[in-house]
Amino acid sequence: MRGAKSAKWVVGAAVIGLAATACGSGGTSSAGGSNDGIVRAWWGDPQNPLEPANTTEVQGGKVLDMIFMDLKEYDSTTGAAKLEAAQSITTNDQQNFTIKLKPNLKFSDGTAVTAHSFVDAWNYGALLTNKQLNAYFFEDIEGYDKVHPDSGQPTAKTMSGLKVVDNDTFTVKLNQKFSTWPDRLGYKAFAPLPKEFFTDHAAYLNKPVGDGPYKIVSYTKGSSMKLVPNPYYTGPSKPKNKGVLLKVYTSSETAYADLQAGNLDVLDDVPAEDLSHVKSDLDGRYLNQPAGINQTISFPLNQKAWNAPGMDKVRVGLSMAIDRKTITQKIFQGTRTPATDFTSPVLGAAGGFSSDLAGDSLTYNPAKARELIKEGGGIPGGHMTIGYNADSGSHKEWVDAVCNSINNVLGDNKACVGAPTGTFADFRNQITNGEMTNPFRAGWQMDYPLIDDFLTPQYATGGSSNDAHYSNPKFDALIKQADAAPDAAKATALYQQAEKLLFTDMPAIPLWYQDGQAGWSSRVSNVTENSFSFPVYTDITVNNS
Amino acid sequence: MGRYVVRRLLQMVPVFIGTTFLIFVMVYALGDPVAAMFGDKTPDPATAAQIRHALYLDHSLPAQYVHYMKQIFTGNFGTAATGQPVTQLMGTAFPVTLRLTLVAFAIEAVVGIGLGLLAGMRRGRFADNGVLVFTLLVVAVPTFVTGYLLQYFLGVKWHVANPAVAEGAPIGDLILPGLVLAAVSLAYVARLTRTSVAENARADYVRTAVAKGLPRRRVVTVHLLRNSLIPVVTFLGTDIGGLMAGAVVTERIFNVHGVGYQLYQGILRENPPTVVGFVTILVIIFLAANLLVDLLYAVLDPRIRYA
Repeated sequence: MRGAKSAKWVVGAAVIGLAATACGSGGTSSAGGSNDGIVRAWWGDPQNPLEPANTTEVQGGKVLDMIFMDLKEYDSTTGAAKLEAAQSITTNDQQNFTIKLKPNLKFSDGTAVTAHSFVDAWNYGALLTNKQLNAYFFEDIEGYDKVHPDSGQPTAKTMSGLKVVDNDTFTVKLNQKFSTWPDRLGYKAFAPLPKEFFTDHAAYLNKPVGDGPYKIVSYTKGSSMKLVPNPYYTGPSKPKNKGVLLKVYTSSETAYADLQAGNLDVLDDVPAEDLSHVKSDLDGRYLNQPAGINQTISFPLNQKAWNAPGMDKVRVGLSMAIDRKTITQKIFQGTRTPATDFTSPVLGAAGGFSSDLAGDSLTYNPAKARELIKEGGGIPGGHMTIGYNADSGSHKEWVDAVCNSINNVLGDNKACVGAPTGTFADFRNQITNGEMTNPFRAGWQMDYPLIDDFLTPQYATGGSSNDAHYSNPKFDALIKQADAAPDAAKATALYQQAEKLLFTDMPAIPLWYQDGQAGWSSRVSNVTENSFSFPVYTDITVNNS
Repeated sequence: MGRYVVRRLLQMVPVFIGTTFLIFVMVYALGDPVAAMFGDKTPDPATAAQIRHALYLDHSLPAQYVHYMKQIFTGNFGTAATGQPVTQLMGTAFPVTLRLTLVAFAIEAVVGIGLGLLAGMRRGRFADNGVLVFTLLVVAVPTFVTGYLLQYFLGVKWHVANPAVAEGAPIGDLILPGLVLAAVSLAYVARLTRTSVAENARADYVRTAVAKGLPRRRVVTVHLLRNSLIPVVTFLGTDIGGLMAGAVVTERIFNVHGVGYQLYQGILRENPPTVVGFVTILVIIFLAANLLVDLLYAVLDPRIRYA
């Protein structure tokens, strides 16, 4: 029976193989039972290690939002910046600020939150050799140029503008007057860091510690993170559930299937192809609301052809040739809102959002569009492309639609075509290197719900993300005036004056505001989203638990 | 035989260097990994320069390749953007994919050979035609279509299986994705077995066995099947590498955090160490599987060894 014998060997080997690979799979799957009060939520793998000053994208930001309380926090409905970890932030001259912390604040590991926790964290974030992606958030603080020079090695380790007064107080000196600067402090790059971050960095990254509503109990990189309420948290957003289990999915389609099958509770990345039937699938457990993200078509103003005299008319004309309303309905199923300005509705009218500032420059008007483009000398060379990256999002569909809209207006089906680039990285690379010769798509996700975040980085001369290479001294002067204005209302009015210039110069065409979506299971209630389009996890309740 | 093995091993060296270099060049041609880290924002030049220096990206491409290969031979596959060493990612991803592959392999072998035997024994009859039509269908429909359909009906509609594999990839959850992954190869195995069985069913030794009065079961399993399986076994051998690579699509559909998922993330995030590292290991697996099959051939067929 030689045959039988070798067959046994094969089976034996297979069993050993299976057993060997099965190691380490058991035990970790805390899937969240039916009544444990834990919310099971969709998550994407964060792109970078979870350090406050190194997290630039949404998935990492989500966690930082849950585990950190900043000096200020943004209200989840109005987006207004309110004091949280700070007792008071005072200034007499809009340049020197004194920050006093609330007493007895603690990190989730039980250690105290002190003035040092902030000052050390900010100095760490700004220091060039720490390679933090968000380092530029500290550039307004005096001494930033010493710790983060444009070239060469830093000549100081700490910023001279930061001084610890006592355990609960520190002062900040800025490079120049900046009245709305404290409102930036809700951004997570400004989060405090515990001692452990500096003494045992690797351990910290495996299980980050913060002072926010939740604390991390387990983190399996690339697959899940379990959070429970932080017992030391004394802030206003106490969790109304017993914890959150963030589950990483390989694709949002799979997560959607799991949501329908009842294995997932909250999904804030509803796949585009399911948008048409999500309401009936989930029996109405779905929300769609504007987020702090807008999308534009940027012009390469570093290219002569697009910056020649009269081209501003062409750019405004092109803006008027785009039928935003139809495109948002047909292609995005109403999950985009046609743009009326360069900011986002999440700011609210008081915060600087406006629906009439633009005049008619963002309104679809074929006749006037034709006229303006002709007056300005026409599209350079009679032909343009709109660049986009083909690897993610459904950019091809809307770019084709926008081009189609322009072509229809001009009565020339070769005037505009889409120009795909294979990967996002390559696409960004070309933009950063100023190699774009034709318009290209751009997206802006706000860092904080303030009007200056939508204007300064993108349109001020030399702005950190000024991809259009736009430069207008009048615009720069107004921004500077707004920064130095003594109160927020005056500042906002000045920012809006600056914004007004953009509607005639049109360095970029505002297209639409992106909405945030979320679908949820019948197991949970009270699912809402904040202005960053993160679900407000602390408010979610689990039914019958 | 010894010389044959040595020759085959030596042939693997240029293949390995060639493939890894090609992958390296292709990944780096995708664009600047540092620009990708900053998302829609423009990188701060000073920070970008620091990162570039830390990742050895400020050298020429050939220099980077040499540096990378040197690192690999000391067991250092670099670090992913998330700060994890790539070897750690491999440590979590490969066991999962291997398990999925083995499940698929088991399904493929058992069902494929079973169907092939059934069809081959009843040549030209209803069962045979049924298997032919079934395999044609399976080969014709792309994996992602079968994947999404089965996921929707079995997972979402009828609650027979979980639509997404749970954390840690328990075997029970892997059966559905394993089935989808096995589907295409399963059809080949069935057809290969069928032809071979049908041919051998009329062989002299089978007639002799029947004439000796052996029980039918014994004739089929020991005499007929064993001899018919030689081409099938070699196909199955080479297919292991194929299954592991093919898992890219299936893993994404069923939420399996294996090699396919890591590769996809690596490409999406423009993370050269992850992509090159994983593909390098896949290349080694392919080469090893091919070597094994070639050696098996040599064992089975003496003519090859002396050629």
